Amino acid sequence: MGKLRSLLAGVFAAGLLAAPAIAQEDEMPNEKWSFNGVFGTFDLAAAQRGYQVYANVCANCHSMQMLHYRDLSGIGLDAAEIKAIAAGITVPSGLDDQGNPKEGPATPANQFKSPFANEAAARAANNGALPPDLSLIVDAREGGANYIYGILTGFGQPPSGFKMQDGMYYNRMFPGHQIGMPQPLQDGTVEYVDGTPNTMNQEAHDVVTFLAWAADPETVERKQIGVRVVLFLMFMTGLTYAVKRKVWSNVPH
Amino acid sequence: MAGLTKSEFANPVINWIDTRLPIFTMLQKEYGVFPTPKNFNYFWNFGALAMVCLAIMIITGIFLAMNYQPNTELAFNSIQHIMRDVNYGWLLRYVHQNGASMFFIVTYIHIFRGLYYGSYKTPRELLWMLGVVILLVMMATAFMGYVLPWGQMSYWGATVITNLFSAFPVVGPKIVTLLWGGFSVDNPTLNRFFALHYLLPFVLVGVVFLHIAALHITGSNNPLGIDVKSPQDTLPFHPYYTIKDSVGICVFLIVWAIFVFFVPHTLGDPNNFIPANPLQTPADIVPEWYFLPYYAILRSVPNKLLGVCMMFGSLIVLFVLPWLDTSRVRSARFRPIYRQLIWVWVLSFVVLGYCGMHKPEGIYVVLSRVATLYYFLHFLVILPILGKLERPLPLPESISQPVLRGRGGGPLPGSATAKPMEKA
Amino acid sequence: MADSSAAAAHHAAPGHGPSGDVTKRDLLQLIATAGAVIGAGAIAWPLIDSMNPSKDVLALSSVDVDLAPVIEGQGITIVWQGKPIFVRHRTAAEIKEAQDTPLGQLIQPQADSARVKAGHDQWIILVGICTHLGCVPLGNKPSDPRGDYGGWFCPCHGSQYDTSGRVRHGPAPANLALPPYAFESDTKIKVG
Repeated sequence: MGKLRSLLAGVFAAGLLAAPAIAQEDEMPNEKWSFNGVFGTFDLAAAQRGYQVYANVCANCHSMQMLHYRDLSGIGLDAAEIKAIAAGITVPSGLDDQGNPKEGPATPANQFKSPFANEAAARAANNGALPPDLSLIVDAREGGANYIYGILTGFGQPPSGFKMQDGMYYNRMFPGHQIGMPQPLQDGTVEYVDGTPNTMNQEAHDVVTFLAWAADPETVERKQIGVRVVLFLMFMTGLTYAVKRKVWSNVPH
Repeated sequence: MAGLTKSEFANPVINWIDTRLPIFTMLQKEYGVFPTPKNFNYFWNFGALAMVCLAIMIITGIFLAMNYQPNTELAFNSIQHIMRDVNYGWLLRYVHQNGASMFFIVTYIHIFRGLYYGSYKTPRELLWMLGVVILLVMMATAFMGYVLPWGQMSYWGATVITNLFSAFPVVGPKIVTLLWGGFSVDNPTLNRFFALHYLLPFVLVGVVFLHIAALHITGSNNPLGIDVKSPQDTLPFHPYYTIKDSVGICVFLIVWAIFVFFVPHTLGDPNNFIPANPLQTPADIVPEWYFLPYYAILRSVPNKLLGVCMMFGSLIVLFVLPWLDTSRVRSARFRPIYRQLIWVWVLSFVVLGYCGMHKPEGIYVVLSRVATLYYFLHFLVILPILGKLERPLPLPESISQPVLRGRGGGPLPGSATAKPMEKA
Repeated sequence: MADSSAAAAHHAAPGHGPSGDVTKRDLLQLIATAGAVIGAGAIAWPLIDSMNPSKDVLALSSVDVDLAPVIEGQGITIVWQGKPIFVRHRTAAEIKEAQDTPLGQLIQPQADSARVKAGHDQWIILVGICTHLGCVPLGNKPSDPRGDYGGWFCPCHGSQYDTSGRVRHGPAPANLALPPYAFESDTKIKVG
């Protein structure tokens, strides 16, 4: 019976893994991510640098509306640092006495500031294309972190004979190879405060670490609880099985 | 007190309650001492696992409902609020989301047990049919539940499936408008799906109650497929099967925990992390894995109405299975041809699932047509004929007997008369 | 046979086998049951905790108030945890009146010094909910009636509070409540 179940499971798993129809345009990079694996954690230094990349580069076009400044405690920033970061950002801040919208410094309770007030404004500023919100982007794309890394490092010249449409940029990773986003990261785009060499690959690695955290901030706690839960359940399985054997010991079966 | 039979429990509180409403007597009878065949294998755990699953889904669902907003403007964000801000919200959500998959895994295996061991045969036809009702209600619940996060796949899956009803002649489009409450899947649809998604699990509890009540009238089937002949063939449910089910539950929870804590997104679709956009269709519209075989059947024929009829037909045929299978023998253990052909049917179901994952083009069209054909062939042609033509193996005299002679189940050497029990 | 031993297990005292001794099976059973109870507790806690205030609600559990725009004699109302909070900048006369009131005259005796922060007695900060039945008393806007004691007046049933927020005329039984707050600087407080 166990064999039957594992056979079916195997067949089904093979089916699931023989992946759906999204064409892999280029080979998926196989980066080493600190958060992979049962005991993976977020490299907090990388995530903080990644926030710096997001705030200085990506946030000019991409919103991250699911994140609040207070969430940054998850990448190791303390309350004072978070308050300072928020206070340096101007956000809509209620109404003045005449009833007109006014602005003010953000607080930790605020959502990350969006670059555009709404979708129409975003499209107008970007040739009709909508820069997607990045809160969940790592989960929203087949290939996850590796795919996003591939996009960020996949810009280049189109091969000869490849016809590029106006306003599009060639990208090895993107399905169809034509992406509406100009190359956002190069060597030296961001000056890291901790002095880490700011190569394009490093910047991409760090911002993807940040984005992976942003999409699933509970990851480390979840895996840690998971280890304990599974170990406890394995213990309980052994225990209940032992009791079962004892209970059934006087029954021929 | 006129009309009251005094209960005989040691605990005075329990006794007082039981005299007035005999819940404890009922529990004692139906789960305490209930005579259960002694030769169950672990396949018989899966009904209990399904009940545990239902309970966990209801509990996590209620706590999720405390934070979920069934409005198109708010739904997606409310789920993110649960994931990020509600204490242990991520845990509630992942348990519930992966629990739907676990519920279908467990139920499909439970159904397979019924198919293999002939549990649908007389006198358990109604038990089986109630089970098919449970499957249908589960499917409706799961379908509506998947719409609630209001992601791209939620929206477009709902659009595709509700649009199917327009295939029905004359009244089709009116039915679809009624389902939608508007001119497309939109806020009225989401709101009513939430109301119904909250309701149906409690309907399920009721149908499960009937399912178990029917079971307790006929008694359980067993791997040999032969009737219980004497109390020696049975054991009281408690402690023998309560403990055996506990083992199964622990293993089941390990599998569930691995999904929840380590690979919570594996069974899902990345597209559902994108908020629903009525103006942009994803490249591939794919339902959750447990619907893939039915999706493949739907798309196997180019005609919309025929596809819809065949998809529903693949489930309705299960209702009449007890009458399609003409074999007098219940368990596949004693049906040498059926026990091989059932695996071919399982293969066709898996192949259908695989086809459902892909666009209906190229090889997948051929595969899904062949597999659909075989699926129906199995029920409508093979089973009725096989029952008449197959020579079953000789059945043991009783459930106890093969055990006494060592692990049995196959034909017994020499005569098949029962030997007297040797253990006192 | 199987039935009788099962019956024996059923009737034997918990923790003891048919012969009355603690058998290995019963110890295992005990540990298994204990494990199940621990498991049930471990499951119950996240469910209950999910009903506690979520992180976004906790983020709003304290509010910073800038006192600079509030001139002497003026009061403002801010919202903290869904409740109205009165912030009044008292004049010297109001302060003196509050400090000089004999405690015997008060319905709920409490010194003014216990209701303000040392060195900042020109600021009185109160939860603006009448201690009778929960209405919001008047007295912050310049046009509001302040009652006979110069503080606040509750229009619902006529309770009156003095410049320290203490109840002077019923039916309210208690002084206006004090929210937790602290001065971050002379012109900024953090409530909660």
